[in-house]
Amino acid sequence: MKKTLVWFAVLTLLLGTVNVGHVFAKDTVEIAVAFCTLNIPFFVEMENGVREAAEEAQVRLVVTNAEDSAAKQLSQVEDLITRKPDLLLLAPVDSDVLVSAVEAAHKANIPVITIDRTVNSDKVLTYIGVDDVAGGRAAGQYIAERLNGEGNVIMLEGVMGSSAQRDRAQGFEEAIGEYEGIKLLAKQTANFNRVEGMNVTENLLQAHPDVDAIFAQNDEMALGALRAIEAAGKQDKIVVVGFDADPEAKDAVRLGEMDATVEGSPYKLGVMGIEASLQYLNGETLPSQILIPLELVTQDSFAE
Amino acid sequence: MEKSFLQKYGILLVLLLICAVLSFLSPVFLTASNLINVIRQISINGILAIGMTFIILTGGIDLSVGSQVALTGAVTAGLLSSGVNLGIAVVAGLFIGGLIGFVNGTIITKGGVPPFIVTLGMLTAARGLTLIYTGGRPIYNLGTSFRFFGAGYMGGIPVPVIILGIILIVSHLTAKHTVFGREVYAVGGNPEAAVYSGVNKNKRLVQVYTLMGFLSAITGIVLTSRLGSADPTAGSGFELDAIAAVVIGGTSMFGGEGAISGTLVGALIIGVINNGLNLLNVSSYYQQVIKGVIVVGAVLMDGYARNKQTKLTKSSVEQSQA
Repeated sequence: MKKTLVWFAVLTLLLGTVNVGHVFAKDTVEIAVAFCTLNIPFFVEMENGVREAAEEAQVRLVVTNAEDSAAKQLSQVEDLITRKPDLLLLAPVDSDVLVSAVEAAHKANIPVITIDRTVNSDKVLTYIGVDDVAGGRAAGQYIAERLNGEGNVIMLEGVMGSSAQRDRAQGFEEAIGEYEGIKLLAKQTANFNRVEGMNVTENLLQAHPDVDAIFAQNDEMALGALRAIEAAGKQDKIVVVGFDADPEAKDAVRLGEMDATVEGSPYKLGVMGIEASLQYLNGETLPSQILIPLELVTQDSFAE
Repeated sequence: MEKSFLQKYGILLVLLLICAVLSFLSPVFLTASNLINVIRQISINGILAIGMTFIILTGGIDLSVGSQVALTGAVTAGLLSSGVNLGIAVVAGLFIGGLIGFVNGTIITKGGVPPFIVTLGMLTAARGLTLIYTGGRPIYNLGTSFRFFGAGYMGGIPVPVIILGIILIVSHLTAKHTVFGREVYAVGGNPEAAVYSGVNKNKRLVQVYTLMGFLSAITGIVLTSRLGSADPTAGSGFELDAIAAVVIGGTSMFGGEGAISGTLVGALIIGVINNGLNLLNVSSYYQQVIKGVIVVGAVLMDGYARNKQTKLTKSSVEQSQA
């Protein structure tokens, strides 16, 4: 038993090791960035935006990665507060659980800006994000137009109950609801995951061989769906639209394998996060919400 | 005592029952193309679950298989995309898998650390190595010849299914008819007796964990090939499906009792449920509840069938004695 406890302690130490940024001169601005995860391309891109904008402005960064665990992020934010950064940029794992983290930062006089998702607290200075409902609508509109207002569609949904899943579904269903000829044959979750996206699409193609278009609520699932479509020999027969504009998905669109992806531009979100932080620290007032406009990336986007 | 029909085949009957219900509810379910589809889908979990059967037969557990899948897939893909020869890339992936398993087994036996802890540590460490190696980004553009392992066909049968079939037959024969197989059962069934009767317990344990790493690598290569891309998040949660298949298939978590054939049935039950729920377009909110209920229900029915059989045998013995 004692042995087990010791090993648990060692493990906990290993797991809790955070990625602490470099230490520069003392009087530079320090911004703490608490990411919900850095294990998927979307947030890796966002971190690139944050890093490059920070380097340009000569801001010191402290970055943590909560690996999608709200409890872990809460304790990471507590650790960050003890460093007394000038500002906390928070990409929260969960909108409710992180309320106490935001309030603790506020108590320590550290302003908080949320990015990508927000936290349900009036202590949040401003929220920078993409308009997922509008993105879902753009995807629905595009599919309806590609099918000339008539055809069968299926939707691959993200993690059920996440705000991205709800909002993207809402926008998409609103848009295709305006066309009587468009039928939503099935909507099934594939948890924002590529393997599941492939398996679920394979199964749905068995049940509905007459599918004309697939909307996946992120690119990972869309790329999985492409593999299933390929295996069924239905390339060029099914319109595939993803979301997030990950680099691999953009490549697939450029090569004509995938039809479109909604660009929520995580990179721009990251850059905007640092820019807004600096504006605030320079005494400017910020709106309570900054939404990055969404663009649909299609093959036309690459024709130049 | 010979096991009765129900004791041996209870879980197979549960699988057939689920299939019967699904073919009644969905006209597509029983078509040849859907059945091939299901078997191709379970080949990933099936290969892992076979390795996990050996582990659980020794009374151990390996929580790190999902991370092993991700790391071996990423290493193979990384080498391929940097222009390394296909054969070398695949062998390197297999080597890394075997090495991780060997490390797991060695720490468990030499360090005396419980498998749960060692493999829990490896779960995060190997995932971390994958993220470092890939920089958090998927590796793609792997060339068309590599797609053979996951997306190819031989004689009309998908290659992953053929790979699963070969591993299944070899593992079944190994478990039933070799010294290695008998000693694995002995180590899990009664470790002390096994040691007294001359079994080198530690050697067998290291071999079993190395075998698991090797099978994880095969899974990683097949999965990466199917997707045409190595995703750093690939394989997360795979350990749970593999363990579930083994346990549904009747292998005891305490070790020493179970069979590879049961594990195949367990993997099929999980695969058929996932497929059926998609075919019937069951609401995603209800799916998780239904999956949970069916899995526990299947094991309950199996246990009930076995118990009843045991009681019947007992009472018939008593009667004959009276």
